[in-house]
Amino acid sequence: MSSQAAIISIHDLRKTYHTGKVFVDALRGVNLEVPAGEFLSIVGPSGSGKSTLFHIVGGLTPPSAGEVIVAGRNVSAIGDSGRTELRRKSVSFVFQKFNLLPNLTARDNIRTALYIAGMPTALFADDLKSVLELLGISARLDHKPSEMSGGEQQRVAIARALATRPAILLADEPTGNLDTANSLAVLKLLKDLNQRLGQTILMITHNTEAAEYGHRIVHMRDGQIVETSAPATI
Amino acid sequence: MIVKLVWENVRHKPVRTLLSILLIAVPVTLILTLIGLSHGFIEDSRKRSVGVGADILFKPQNASVVGLSTATMPEKMVQALAAEPHIAQAMGTVVNPIGGFDVLVGIDPAEFDKMSGGFVFDSGHTFQGPNDILVDTWYADQRHVRAGDKLHLPGHDWHVAGIVEPGKLGHLFVQMSVLQDMIGATGKVSQIFLKVDDKKLVDSVIQSLRAKYDNYPILSMAELQSLLSVDNVPMLGSFLNVILGISVVIGFAVVSLSMYMAVLQRTREIGILKSLGATKFFVMGMILAEAFCLGLGGTILGILLSFAAKAAIHAVAPASLPQAIVYVWWPRAGAIAMGAALLGALYPGMIAVRQDPIEALAYE
Repeated sequence: MSSQAAIISIHDLRKTYHTGKVFVDALRGVNLEVPAGEFLSIVGPSGSGKSTLFHIVGGLTPPSAGEVIVAGRNVSAIGDSGRTELRRKSVSFVFQKFNLLPNLTARDNIRTALYIAGMPTALFADDLKSVLELLGISARLDHKPSEMSGGEQQRVAIARALATRPAILLADEPTGNLDTANSLAVLKLLKDLNQRLGQTILMITHNTEAAEYGHRIVHMRDGQIVETSAPATI
Repeated sequence: MIVKLVWENVRHKPVRTLLSILLIAVPVTLILTLIGLSHGFIEDSRKRSVGVGADILFKPQNASVVGLSTATMPEKMVQALAAEPHIAQAMGTVVNPIGGFDVLVGIDPAEFDKMSGGFVFDSGHTFQGPNDILVDTWYADQRHVRAGDKLHLPGHDWHVAGIVEPGKLGHLFVQMSVLQDMIGATGKVSQIFLKVDDKKLVDSVIQSLRAKYDNYPILSMAELQSLLSVDNVPMLGSFLNVILGISVVIGFAVVSLSMYMAVLQRTREIGILKSLGATKFFVMGMILAEAFCLGLGGTILGILLSFAAKAAIHAVAPASLPQAIVYVWWPRAGAIAMGAALLGALYPGMIAVRQDPIEALAYE
C-alpha cells in the first residue's frame, strides 16, 4: 500500500429500505476504514449488505444513518448533487455486466467518462495511454461493445473507470460474467493497477479465490461486518 | 461529446427515429400546405383581379369588401356609373358560387374584352350560344375537358366553347344574361368594375363616388390587392390558428411518446451515465438534444413533403386549390415543430432525470 491515510471512513453505517410497509435493514452498523492505496475485497452471501455498502460508498444511494467519509466528502451530509459530484470526481465503477454504452465505441465510452468528468477528450493523456497498453485494448478502441469479448469489454470498463483518475475504484463482481481465463486476467490487472498506480480498489465478490487478490478481506453477513482476514498468499 | 452521444442514440434505432421524424413532419406539412393553399388562393384571386384591367371595384351596399357578393345591384347602376366624370368604362359582372371553391362568372363579352384586352384562346372560340362556357387552362386540366366537350356543373350542363389562358377574373365564364336568368337575378349584377380615363385620378374619383354612393364598398384595385390577405378573409385566420394548435398537439404527443419509449429503452444507459457522474442537466440536455434533432429532421422532411403535397394538389385541382410555397412560414412551422418536440421531451426527460441510478443499472 502506498499510503496509510484513510480514504474511506465508515462509522455505524445503517441503511433501511422501504418496500411498501415493509422495512428491510440492509446495513446494521458497519464500521470500516480503508487506507488510500488498499485493495480491499468484500465477500459475503447474497443479502449480506455488500452491494448496499458498495452503492453508498459510490454515492449511488444515501445512507439512512451513520457517517461515511469518502475521499474527504461526508456522504451522509451531501445531497443528490453532492453524490453526483462524488461519482464524477472521486469514485469510478466496474460492474459485473460491464455496463458500457452499447452505441459507442470503446474510445467513445472512455471519452464520455472524461467529458462528464470535465476532462479533455480529444487526445488521451500519456498515463491513460499506458493504462490502455497495460489493459491490452489499444487496438480495440474503435470497436463497439457488441464486437468485443466479455473480457475485452471488462477491460474497457476498467479503462473507462481509470480514465478520470478516481481516488477509489469500486468493482462489483468484476469477474462474475467472465470465464476462468478472463477472470484471472482481470484480477491480475486490478492487482497490477493497484501495485503500479497505487489505485485504491474496493471489490465485492462471491468468489473467495478472487477475494484473495486483495490486501484484506472483509466478510459480511446480515448487514454487518463479521470478520476481517488477510488473504492467503497467491 | 454530447453531440456524438445524441447522434449515436438517434442512429442506433433508425426505425424509431424515422417514424418519429415522419410523424413530426406530418403537422409541418399540414401547416405549410394549408398556409400555402390560403396564400395560393388569395394570390390567385389577386392575379385574376389585376387581370380584369379595371381601376376601381364597386360592390353592393354593405357587401363584404373581399368576399363574394350576390347579384343585388340593379344593372342600370352600370350605366349610371359609366356616366360619372372620368369613368372611361363600367362593366358589371355576376358571380355565382357553384360548390367548393368554384365560382361561375357572368360577363358581357364585349365589355370584358374592352376592359381586359380580351381572352387569349388556347383552343375553341368565344360564346356563340346560351349554353357556352369558357374555361381557363387550369380548370380544363382539373376537369379534363377540351373545347367542344360537355361540362356538367351543378344545376346545368354547359358546352365548352373555348379554353382560355388563366389570370382574368375567374376560371369559368358564361354570358352574364344567361347566368342572371339562371339564378333569378335578371337585371342585377354582383359587382361593377370601373376604368378611369386618367390613372392619376383614381383616388379623387373614388372620393367623389364614396360621397355620392353611401354604404357601397368602393375601392381601388390596389386597395383590393392589399386587402386580399389571410387576415382579411373571414374565419380563415381562425381556421389556420386551429390547425396550428392541432399541429402543436400532434407534434407534442408524437415526440413525447417517442422520447418516452426512448427513455424506457435507454434506462440502463441513463443509469450508466449517472454512475459516471452525469448531472441531471446533462441527462435532460441529452434528451432535449435528441428531441431537437427529431424536430429538425421532422421540419426538413415536412418542408419537402409540402412540395410533394403541392404537386399532388396541382395535379388534382389546379384551378380550385392553387397552392403557394410560402417560404416565410418555413421557420414558423419549424419553430412550432421544434417547440412541440422540446415540450414533448420534457416529461420523458424528467423521468430520466429522476431515475434511481441503482434501479436503472439493474434494468434489463
